[in-house]
Amino acid sequence: MSEHLLEIKGLKVHFPTGDGGWFGRGRQYVKAVDGLDFSIRRGETLGIVGESGCGKSTTGRALLRLVPATEGQVLFEGRNILRASSGDMRGLRREMQIIFQDPYASLDPRMTVGGIIGEAFKAHERLSSREREEQVQELLSFVGLRPEHIRRYPHEFSGGQRQRIGIARALALRPKFVVCDEPVSALDVSIQAQVVNLMKELQQKLELTYLFISHDLRVVKHISDRVGVMYLGAMVEIADKRELYANPQHPYTRALLSAIPQANPSRRRERIILQGDVPSPVNPPSGCRFRTRCPEATERCALETPAFKDLGGGHRVACHYR
Amino acid sequence: MGWTTTPEGAAPKSSRSGGEGSMVFQAWRRYKKNKLAVFGLGFMVLLVLISILAPLLAPHDPFSSIKNEAGTLDIMAKPSQEYLLGTDSLGRDVLSRLMYAGRVSLSVGLVSVTISTVLGVLLGALAGYYGKWTDSVIMRVVDVVYCFPVMFLIITVSALLKPSMFNVMIIIGLVSWVGTARLVRGEILRVRELEYVQASKALGVRSFTIIVRHILPNIMAPILVQATLMTADAILTEAALSFLGVGVQQPTPSWGNMLNEAMSIMVLRFKYWIWLYPGLAILLTVLSINFIGDGLRDALDPKLKGRK
Repeated sequence: MSEHLLEIKGLKVHFPTGDGGWFGRGRQYVKAVDGLDFSIRRGETLGIVGESGCGKSTTGRALLRLVPATEGQVLFEGRNILRASSGDMRGLRREMQIIFQDPYASLDPRMTVGGIIGEAFKAHERLSSREREEQVQELLSFVGLRPEHIRRYPHEFSGGQRQRIGIARALALRPKFVVCDEPVSALDVSIQAQVVNLMKELQQKLELTYLFISHDLRVVKHISDRVGVMYLGAMVEIADKRELYANPQHPYTRALLSAIPQANPSRRRERIILQGDVPSPVNPPSGCRFRTRCPEATERCALETPAFKDLGGGHRVACHYR
Repeated sequence: MGWTTTPEGAAPKSSRSGGEGSMVFQAWRRYKKNKLAVFGLGFMVLLVLISILAPLLAPHDPFSSIKNEAGTLDIMAKPSQEYLLGTDSLGRDVLSRLMYAGRVSLSVGLVSVTISTVLGVLLGALAGYYGKWTDSVIMRVVDVVYCFPVMFLIITVSALLKPSMFNVMIIIGLVSWVGTARLVRGEILRVRELEYVQASKALGVRSFTIIVRHILPNIMAPILVQATLMTADAILTEAALSFLGVGVQQPTPSWGNMLNEAMSIMVLRFKYWIWLYPGLAILLTVLSINFIGDGLRDALDPKLKGRK
């Protein structure tokens, strides 16, 4: 069994904008994800951070084929799932699941909790409604809800409880890999910790592998083993969590990390404030994508696209000057 | 409440049970506030009752002329004790015909709207959910049907076929699905991207199941409103066709073909009871249905209030 559960090679997701006139000539594309290379190890949590619109969520959804990838490969246990037939894909869906950001939008308001979670079993297993109900009740207590909640509707729960329902649904089929798409961003800080700890606990019990997408650097630091930093559809740096937070290499990572509020105000660190806005993903800058806002940019950055090179120990960075 | 069980305790609104039931109840509470809608509903209930009970309520036979004691036909008799709303030019009781005509209008409305809603939802759902070429083909057909001058199409078709109530229902149903198809397609495009649909997709639920179980129940409100408003249109179209003589045929009464008699200037000027009551019936029915539609829209989705 290989060390990597998932390998992503040259993944690109482009969305067409507008109708591009007759027959789509001159159509432009939003390059939401534009050439990603990374892999996820069995049993680890890989955190992905980046600002809004950098393609984090699109990446997560492309891995599950919820949005169609334009190019590249996603190898799940060595099989390219982007090429899998729809029949094979249905089987693969048991292995890969997703937890969504918005606990209000991710549960069908017209179904009971039993219906929402039971759908997983309906789609994949032949169970009597009695057996299905038992399974759902077991799952509910597994995520810290009560079995009798099975008959309730989503609007009768709080945000944290709803997110637990979402987690139960994702884990119903005992997947190996779960994409967590900002699972705690919509929750109160006090509830965030509970949900994150629940997820950690479940990861150990069920030997899960997580891709944890978030814009909250502290949450990512808490839950991840390794962290990748995305900017404008590409990954600029990926490293072991300790290494990345202690020794950031890419100028963008440094700027991001300097923005984390310090618990100890006397230990002031220099804030790196980036100039300008994120360029449009329709027309990303030539060469290095970050060069328009990079304090260290030179002429070379406009001409050559930096390689995503390994600095040793799996610390990879996309910058000419490291 | 148990102290040791769940970390977050009981649900916040645990006292209120049955989400679906309370949703219907809340919609009804909002509906009741709209006086016109309540009036419309009352009128329609009355109309439905009269139509169903027409054979029991009608004072005379609506299909044949009535002979008086002298043995002649009571033609164009004024409203009186015997004929509450008078008689028409063939001596048939207007009130009885009015009641039976209600059956025609309501069945035309119901059947044609059922046809068009089923068609519209089916094609709109296919177009919206599957997208790509399915979408293009269906929506181009919609555009073409939209461009047809519907009235002339119906007149032509019903003149070619044998004009009858049955044909009118089918023709109206077959040309009026486009609005629903567009509506459903748009709603599906919106709902399809919602996270709970994505979640079902991620679970490997089949597309058809997703549409039926998650998408359609969540877009029922606008479909219902659209269907209601289209019923009024269908009734109006039927009346117009029958008025022109290509719809429901004599001796079957329809509000439209009753109005037909008003083409005679004599009737129009001096025999008001022959055309006034069917005209009022059409007006009140169409108004009532539109009021109901507006009321439903506000009641089912408060966010849509004020939008037409």
